[in-house]
Amino acid sequence: MKKSLLFPDFTVIRDPDKCIQCEVCVRQCAFDAHSFDKAANKVETDASKCVSCLRCATMCPTGALTVSEYQQNIRKNKNWTDKQIKELYKQAETGGILLTGMGTDKDYKIIWDHILLDAAQVTNPSIDPLREPMELRTYLGSKPDKIQLKIKNEKLKIEKPLSTFYSPLTKLPPQLKLETPILFSAMSYGAISLNTMRALARASDECGIFYNTGEGGLPKELYKYGKNTIVQVASGRFGVDPDYLDVAAAVEIKVGQGAKPGIGGHLPGEKVTDEISQTRMIPTGTDALSPAPHHDIYSIEDLSQLIYSIKEATEYKKPISVKVAAVHNIAAIASGIVRAGADIVAIDGLRGGTGAAPTRIRDNVGIPIELAIAAVDSRLRGEGIRNRASIIAAGGFRNSADVVKAIALGADAVYIGTAALVAMGCHLCQKCYTGKCNWGIATQDPYLVKRLNPEIASRRLVNLIKAWSHEIKEIMGGMGINAVESLRGNRLRLRGFDLHENELKILDIKPAGESM
Amino acid sequence: MKKIYFKEEYCMACRLCEIACLVAHSKSKKIIKAYKEEFPGLTPRLIIEQKGSLSFAIQCRHCKDAPCVEACITGAMKRDKKTGVVSHDKEKCIGCWMCVMSCPFGVILMDIKEKKVATKCDLCADVGSPACVDACPNEALVYKESEKV
Repeated sequence: MKKSLLFPDFTVIRDPDKCIQCEVCVRQCAFDAHSFDKAANKVETDASKCVSCLRCATMCPTGALTVSEYQQNIRKNKNWTDKQIKELYKQAETGGILLTGMGTDKDYKIIWDHILLDAAQVTNPSIDPLREPMELRTYLGSKPDKIQLKIKNEKLKIEKPLSTFYSPLTKLPPQLKLETPILFSAMSYGAISLNTMRALARASDECGIFYNTGEGGLPKELYKYGKNTIVQVASGRFGVDPDYLDVAAAVEIKVGQGAKPGIGGHLPGEKVTDEISQTRMIPTGTDALSPAPHHDIYSIEDLSQLIYSIKEATEYKKPISVKVAAVHNIAAIASGIVRAGADIVAIDGLRGGTGAAPTRIRDNVGIPIELAIAAVDSRLRGEGIRNRASIIAAGGFRNSADVVKAIALGADAVYIGTAALVAMGCHLCQKCYTGKCNWGIATQDPYLVKRLNPEIASRRLVNLIKAWSHEIKEIMGGMGINAVESLRGNRLRLRGFDLHENELKILDIKPAGESM
Repeated sequence: MKKIYFKEEYCMACRLCEIACLVAHSKSKKIIKAYKEEFPGLTPRLIIEQKGSLSFAIQCRHCKDAPCVEACITGAMKRDKKTGVVSHDKEKCIGCWMCVMSCPFGVILMDIKEKKVATKCDLCADVGSPACVDACPNEALVYKESEKV
């Protein structure tokens, strides 16, 4: 092999006083960074292979390992940073498109951190969520324009329920009932392991929320969690059959993904095991290629046809969602999607995660979800069609405060992907595309898959959802709001801090310091 | 009685159970000290079987009709009638290793340090809960009441 000009990303420091040569690190590293020299009875480390997933450091029983950034840096240069230079070397050596995983790590301004929440003081009372009921229940789906009632011929009496006197004539379109306004993002079987899917499914069942199969089909084993499953119909149409549509609670047409808008997917043949071949309904060992566009969608009318084909196939019993990436024209696109008949519009922002994407696309395409939510909500309200569809926001939600801000900007619920993976053990090393995930999440290697015990992982997910729900209640209580319905689109309770005038205009929030 | 059960599907062969076992049965009970000062001579009391991605850790099953108890000529290996725990008395053991021969699971091992005696899982009797179970990061080892067959 020719000498590579690439220098390592990380150094691994092994404390010789603490290392007991137990080889746990050697066994845990799928990237072969650690090895055992039998003759010398010594564990060695080749830091150039390290991806800083921190599996070894976490598992080391004596805490002998420290992974840190490689210190021998190229002369500091704001334009030609280490990262830029490494990427150039890599491309000069391989001639290929740079690949990566997870959401972008580029230093974009995070607007969430420049939005501040309000709280009740003196003139309006705050609410203690531990003493008073707080409503987080959320219904996703199309809501009717108006409700018509049939008045029964009885005299109104206060002690009888209203349904004794009125019966609704308007039929409510199908709804998804969420106990808390959070869902697990689409992650496909193939990109993630079956154990990871099991954990997501179990946690959704326990929390009364939903997980999304992504485009990789639904393993038969998980059909029992159908009532908590949103199934995807993507450009590759993997795994779509009548049973798949029947078992799900909702169907999502995936047009785009925040990490790679305008780009298709490619699951390499090595990852297409027997089980994945069955779920995706493609031959074992063949590449699973998702085309960039749906070959039958070239207009809003085409999208409408697909939406109504699926509605027909599911007998109008399930809400249909359309997922798009947040791109420049997102407000108009969302309006088109709602008019095409979608019950839910899912929007995935710039920071959305992925199992594999070209680095340049991930880091440079799309717009931040904060602006997209505000733009879409304003547009739909302006057109008087906001009630026709629910909005799910996605792309880099880090904590419950982000969720509250998203809902106050106009979203109905949020998708969390990366946060859920981190709860299960992900350390954001961005090597999902290699299939060597040391945490057993983004891999199909039977040796690595075992590392994620779905019982532990689902427990952790349930804890996460519980914790966030408590926090959302706490924040709402502080604002004097006792139902998430009253928070939705409540932009008056948001203030922008250190935001540009144009950003404030699009977010339609006031700057901090300005009164109601 | 409470026994240690393994879940093959979650064992990832990290061998942290083995390390915990060694430390729990060391003099100092301190991991670094045990490895650096006592190590050649410490024998883990469980066995990790591994072939490719298939792996599991196994220790004394505390059989009802324990062949090791039958085979023991000095009465060092005995079964507590009340608790059902098969235990080993170091003082009585003469190192004939009939128990090692007769164990159908191969989980009785030769303690090479201490005057050639047998050694086996004692369910960490003096600590409370077995160290291997506590150390397993993936809950592949579970300490629970035995299932009635």
